[in-house]
Amino acid sequence: MLNVTNLKKAFKLPDGTSLPILHIPEFHLDAAEQAVLVGQSGGGKTTFLHCIAGITAPDSGKVEIDSIETTRLSEAGRDRVRAAKLGYVFQTFNLLSGFTALENVRLGMTFASGRHDLKRATDLLNRVGLGERLHHKPGALSVGQQQRVAVARALANRPKLLLTDEPTANIDPANQQTIIDLIRECCQAEGIALLMVTHSSEVAGQFDRVESLSDFNQVLETASAEA
Amino acid sequence: MNLLHIAFRNMQQRGLASALTMFSMSLGVALVVVVLSVSWVVTESFERNSNVGYHLIVGSKGGALQLALNTVYYLSQPIEVIPYEDYLELLPKEQRAAEIRRIGGRVAEPDRAGEYAGFTEGGFAIPLCLGDYLGPFRVVGTKPAFFEELRWGRSSENEYSFSSGRNFVDYSEENGFFEAVLGSLVAKEMGKKVGDTFKTTHGDPEGEGHGIAFKVVGILDSTGTPNDRAAFINIEGFYLLEGHERAYEDQAHPDELKEYVERDRADEAEPLPLEKRDLTAVLVKVGQPLFAIALQKRINKQLQTQAISPIKQITDMLGTFVRPVQLAFLGTTIVVCIVSAISILVSIYNSMNERKHDIAVMRALGARRDAVLMVVLLESLLIAIGGGLLGWLGGHALTLLAGPAVEARTGIQIGFLNTITQLEWYLVPGLIVLATLAGIIPAFVAYRTNVSQNLGS
Ligand SMILES: Nc1ncnc2c1ncn2[C@@H]1O[C@H](COP(=O)(O)OP(=O)(O)OP(=O)(O)O)[C@@H](O)[C@H]1O
Ligand SMILES: [Mg+2]
Repeated sequence: MLNVTNLKKAFKLPDGTSLPILHIPEFHLDAAEQAVLVGQSGGGKTTFLHCIAGITAPDSGKVEIDSIETTRLSEAGRDRVRAAKLGYVFQTFNLLSGFTALENVRLGMTFASGRHDLKRATDLLNRVGLGERLHHKPGALSVGQQQRVAVARALANRPKLLLTDEPTANIDPANQQTIIDLIRECCQAEGIALLMVTHSSEVAGQFDRVESLSDFNQVLETASAEA
Repeated sequence: MNLLHIAFRNMQQRGLASALTMFSMSLGVALVVVVLSVSWVVTESFERNSNVGYHLIVGSKGGALQLALNTVYYLSQPIEVIPYEDYLELLPKEQRAAEIRRIGGRVAEPDRAGEYAGFTEGGFAIPLCLGDYLGPFRVVGTKPAFFEELRWGRSSENEYSFSSGRNFVDYSEENGFFEAVLGSLVAKEMGKKVGDTFKTTHGDPEGEGHGIAFKVVGILDSTGTPNDRAAFINIEGFYLLEGHERAYEDQAHPDELKEYVERDRADEAEPLPLEKRDLTAVLVKVGQPLFAIALQKRINKQLQTQAISPIKQITDMLGTFVRPVQLAFLGTTIVVCIVSAISILVSIYNSMNERKHDIAVMRALGARRDAVLMVVLLESLLIAIGGGLLGWLGGHALTLLAGPAVEARTGIQIGFLNTITQLEWYLVPGLIVLATLAGIIPAFVAYRTNVSQNLGS
């Protein structure tokens, strides 16, 4: 489902030097597999997700999603793959504040090739428990509710892979578990592979597969070897 | 949801700023529409009257434009006069002789044909005397032929008709020489109807009143021509008013060369004799259009008299005075639209920082760069075209409101549709170009937005 090979990413700093963040020889995720990704702050987890999603272009290496090698595509091509095959939930500010919950979900469908499934959008919002709040704007929803809308939106296009970047970091523990359960159940029900970044060992402990970025990211060794 | 919907929501989200920029655009467009409508009315009223129904105006040498303004539009300062003999020269032999015998007085060679009779055969010559006023309206001394022979309208197809009463006559038992016909607007504004009388004032609206009253015998139907704004009196009555007889020696027609002709209407009251008569202008329709230029050349060889083509004067005036003013107004209003477009640019551009996050989110959802670019462009277009539409409706609503007043003054009916000028269709591509130019800078910012740097947290 997801194959990452030899992915390298370094950031150019203002002083001209290059800061290597990622060197991942091998990362793999099966269809419908659920894995959690942990690691220290600043380790490059978000950057890794961005590279997978095609939001950031890696310097070298290969990313393959659902047998499509996105790293060989043009930017527009990667946008298309992202729209069709990926769902993304971030830590905060997932929603567009000018649009209602339902519109935010439908927004997820807008950019994929012409699927405007209003029923699915409503079903998803019902599923995340917001059937009564379809026409509320994010400002009128709690942070937890907003995050549930974000989950619904990420699933709108029936993606093959869901990337979530600390989806519960801003949510109280009780609601945290609801959201995690919701994400996992939905992915299970629809056969979506899940890669979740988290700092919470409590969340990580619920997953069968827990990956620590530092275990397979070789950038630190290489960087220190060079030093 | 499509891109347009997203653009609309973005616009809604910045409600006040969008509304204000939209309003400024609608003001600009409303001004364009009003200016175009006014231009249309002005051009229409000139063009409607440019076919005056005759070929030449014969009058005193001097300003040709002033002669045309006086004679066609009853505007401008009164002008110099020409002797009545100049009118007689335009008549065929019998008509000239009859006219001389009807009036009586001293005249040279009473039995020959008018010098230019050949040109006017099949046409007409109608004398006009200007200089008096009824209230603010010009009084025109003329002959009944004015309403019998002249036609009005775009192709001079319409006869003059009376909403009440009849044309005046040269002489009647009841009113003598003192019958009058009023233009529709004059009758309305002065509150006169058939049977009423009025006295004219001399020289200007505030001038002295003359002693003799004219009886209104007819009110004209509205024609949308300047004749709606004039009072017509029998030229014979005009001559009998104080100060209207010739007060100088006519060098071109010295009295010693003239002989006295007895008039043949001893039963009628006595008119002003020939040698004391002057005219402001003669309206001349030649027998064949080709004659006009030749006649004009012949007359212009004279010392005091000239012949002008009213159509040429009107066209020249439109080109020299009216069009540049119209263009200047139009230019100003277009600048207003451009300023509004710049305000759209500033307003959207200022909001780009707040939007970077939204744009990043949309990109993360799979929106392509050109999609977020389009969203911003569409927003600019929505504001410009929405404002434009409002302004267009507003401009025409304003014109409609002014309609009754304009119709009263010019006779031109203003409807919603007939004031839509062809130039207005350029508003649509014009606004699209303006909005695109205004939107392109912020749209490019959207296009360039770095997704990973603007994605929350
Ligand atoms: N655009 C950028 N330019 C330069 N450096 C960057 C840029 N984006 C990220 N970095 C750096 O890359 C490193 C990895 O950042 P990243 O956000 O991927 O870490 P993370 O593992 O997600 O951390 P956290 O758990 O705090 O979210 C950090 O040191 C960060 O400063
Ligand atoms: Mg992170």
